[in-house]
Amino acid sequence: MNPRTFPLLATIAIFVIAYTLCAAQFPTLFSTRVAGNLLTDNAYLGIVAVGMTLVILSGGIDLSVGSVIAFSGVFIAVLLRDTGLHPIAVFALLLGLTTLFGAAMGGVIDWLAMPPFIVTLAGMFLVRGLAYMLSIESVPIDTPMYDMLQKAYYLMPGKGRLTFIGVLMLLVVAIGTVVAHRTRFGASTFALGGGIATARLMGVNVRQTTVQIYAFSGFMSGLAGIVFSIYTGSGYPLAAVGTELTAIAAVVIGGTLLSGGAGYVFGTLIGVLTMGLIQTYIVFDGTLSSWWTKIVIGALLLTFILLQKMLVHLSNRNRKALG
Amino acid sequence: MLLTIQSLSKSFPGTKALDGVDFELASGEVHALLGENGAGKSTLIKCLTGAYNRDGGEIRLGGETISPSSTAEAQDLGIGTVYQEVNLLPNLTVAQNLTFGREPRRFGIINSRLQKLEAREMLQGYGLEIDVGRDLSSYSLAIQQIVAIARAVAVSGKVLILDEPTASLDAAEVKMLFDVVRKLRDQGLGIVFVSHFLDQVFDLSDRMTVLRNGKLVVTERAENLNRMSLIQHMLGRELESVEAKERVDDVTETRGKELIYFNDMGHSGVVEPFDLTIYEGEVLAFAGLLGSGRTESAELLFGLRRSQKGTVSDTNGPLTIDTSRAAIGAGFGFAPEDRKTSGIVAELSIRENIILALQAQRGWARPMPRSEQDRLASYFITKLDIRTSDAEKAIGDLSGGNQQKVVLARWLAMNPRFLILDEPTRGIDVGAHAAILELVDQLTAEGMAVLIISSELDELVAVADRVIVVRDRCHVTELTGTAVKTDTILQAIAGSNAPNKEAHS
Repeated sequence: MNPRTFPLLATIAIFVIAYTLCAAQFPTLFSTRVAGNLLTDNAYLGIVAVGMTLVILSGGIDLSVGSVIAFSGVFIAVLLRDTGLHPIAVFALLLGLTTLFGAAMGGVIDWLAMPPFIVTLAGMFLVRGLAYMLSIESVPIDTPMYDMLQKAYYLMPGKGRLTFIGVLMLLVVAIGTVVAHRTRFGASTFALGGGIATARLMGVNVRQTTVQIYAFSGFMSGLAGIVFSIYTGSGYPLAAVGTELTAIAAVVIGGTLLSGGAGYVFGTLIGVLTMGLIQTYIVFDGTLSSWWTKIVIGALLLTFILLQKMLVHLSNRNRKALG
Repeated sequence: MLLTIQSLSKSFPGTKALDGVDFELASGEVHALLGENGAGKSTLIKCLTGAYNRDGGEIRLGGETISPSSTAEAQDLGIGTVYQEVNLLPNLTVAQNLTFGREPRRFGIINSRLQKLEAREMLQGYGLEIDVGRDLSSYSLAIQQIVAIARAVAVSGKVLILDEPTASLDAAEVKMLFDVVRKLRDQGLGIVFVSHFLDQVFDLSDRMTVLRNGKLVVTERAENLNRMSLIQHMLGRELESVEAKERVDDVTETRGKELIYFNDMGHSGVVEPFDLTIYEGEVLAFAGLLGSGRTESAELLFGLRRSQKGTVSDTNGPLTIDTSRAAIGAGFGFAPEDRKTSGIVAELSIRENIILALQAQRGWARPMPRSEQDRLASYFITKLDIRTSDAEKAIGDLSGGNQQKVVLARWLAMNPRFLILDEPTRGIDVGAHAAILELVDQLTAEGMAVLIISSELDELVAVADRVIVVRDRCHVTELTGTAVKTDTILQAIAGSNAPNKEAHS
């Protein structure tokens, strides 16, 4: 078996075991209702984490995504309130903007050979500021289309609701999987994560790929912003603070190497669901402080970083054995 | 001729890396490119692969003039390169690596079944039975190297450049690699082989070209050369102007007092254990080919490498030299071979570079007064004749020879009793060359002991009182007095017509 799949398998195993343990304590956890809510509540996180997965696979990081989500919400809310534009037109405009923004960050990263950490940190402040420029207060969104999207769901057996945004998230994961693992762009992304100098030697257009990666993440954060605005029904400039870090955590718990070059988009979905499961468990328990979520996520992250170190060590030994 | 290079030139600030070099490569031959460090091998290869743009000359591939400006362009033209460190992506599968950039696709989606099929086809004839679906990193370096060759051949297919491909392989792996290379040669590829393992060069090559100091020395068929003549070409004679020392037969009476004793210094797999006594005011030299263990020996003396059993003592008793810090404390100095990466701090000024070691010894809590810094800087700029407008100039802006003088000044400021200079004259012009050798003479006249490591035999003969020849990680001979001659050193380096030895790893 390919050692590359170990972190993914570990992630899946941890999720299955955790779910089984939780369901043993609270049998109602094992229902389509909980499953449906898990997807709905984490839809925006899942979408933004797919973008983040590609960025991390390339050896980079995108700290701007939380701000972009907040900006997206405010942008949509203000435009729908103040102009007569159709929501679809607003969505298209927004996605165009966030994609361009991501592309610009990618361009700066490559052109100035700056660390992605700094460039996207600047982007994070910039976009958060822009969101405040649009509105300081929370702006409610009140259009027929939002009502429709919020109420759009498929009733699963057992009364679980498979909502529109939940399905959209699964769709994004599927598309992300194909893009990352089955396209030349995806291969170039992995190549950058393996080593920029080597990637260049193998004929990767480093600038184009870097721009595309951050544009992809920008698009996904815009989409996550739309989903978040549907989920909350409003736009608020202080929303989604720290979401970039939660997304990074989900990617790493999902088995992607933080240093880049190895991982699976599907693992990120499991990472997101694992974090959602912990939250759900704490709600079910009722006595635990919600801060336990953070503690468990911290412990999980540490476990995965150790696991990855161990795997690198193992595969080095493995190579000697095969050699 | 498949590939013809005519009067290729390339300069870097302060050095002429290539000076009108001619080179030819025929289809179906393995042509070895040889020379010591800094001879111009890698510059030549980088001009071929598009990493550098040449300043002058012509490169013709199959009759057409080419000037590749990137590795990708060179690949498309038909020139593929495999470097010492494997230049593939260890985090992708073998199949992904082999087909990278040319994956079979339908509607933009890669067909991984077809991809593996194509990869297996590309590996046919290389004698590898491996699972192309596994990560490249799960295979040994030799297999990775062969996969890299398979890719280079498939992508480029005319000229294959192998740049030190065997440096990290063991004997069995080298044989496996060479079988592949011979097969490719018989298929009509032109192969440029760069290596400093002479046995391997004689084993594989049809023709050999030797470069020295950026100039072509000789191109000759392999059967017309032997080990001795090849080494002579590589080490050559450059410094006929420098006068040789006066020498006597028996040196025991003229040499200075004993200074430092090294006993049983060695590190398994790096250098065989050796004993060495350093005398006051002598110039000692390590002679040998690149990779023979001469630099490693010096690193042992300076504590950069831990000796497994060895002990160090001076006339006052034992010394503990387990770190370079301890070595500096004991009055040793070491100017390393690669000036750019381990000798100078290019962004700092000449003054700051000169006081660096002295300040480090004082500790950061006691900064050296600025007036003292200025005095030292101007003293050494005058004494060593460092050509600069100003002590505050960044050292990176100086020529190679002047940079080397600053490195020397740094150690001289520490007033060491034993100074090691590894290739002190590499890549600097002839004038500065002579000046540095003169300086060595002056220093030893004042009682300092100097150890020089050099590839240039004439330089050694010009300055050294005593020469220790290092071959295959062994200190094989010590030459003193009138025995220090180019011929005797050459013979010792070449060994008594050394039989082909395997297992350079």
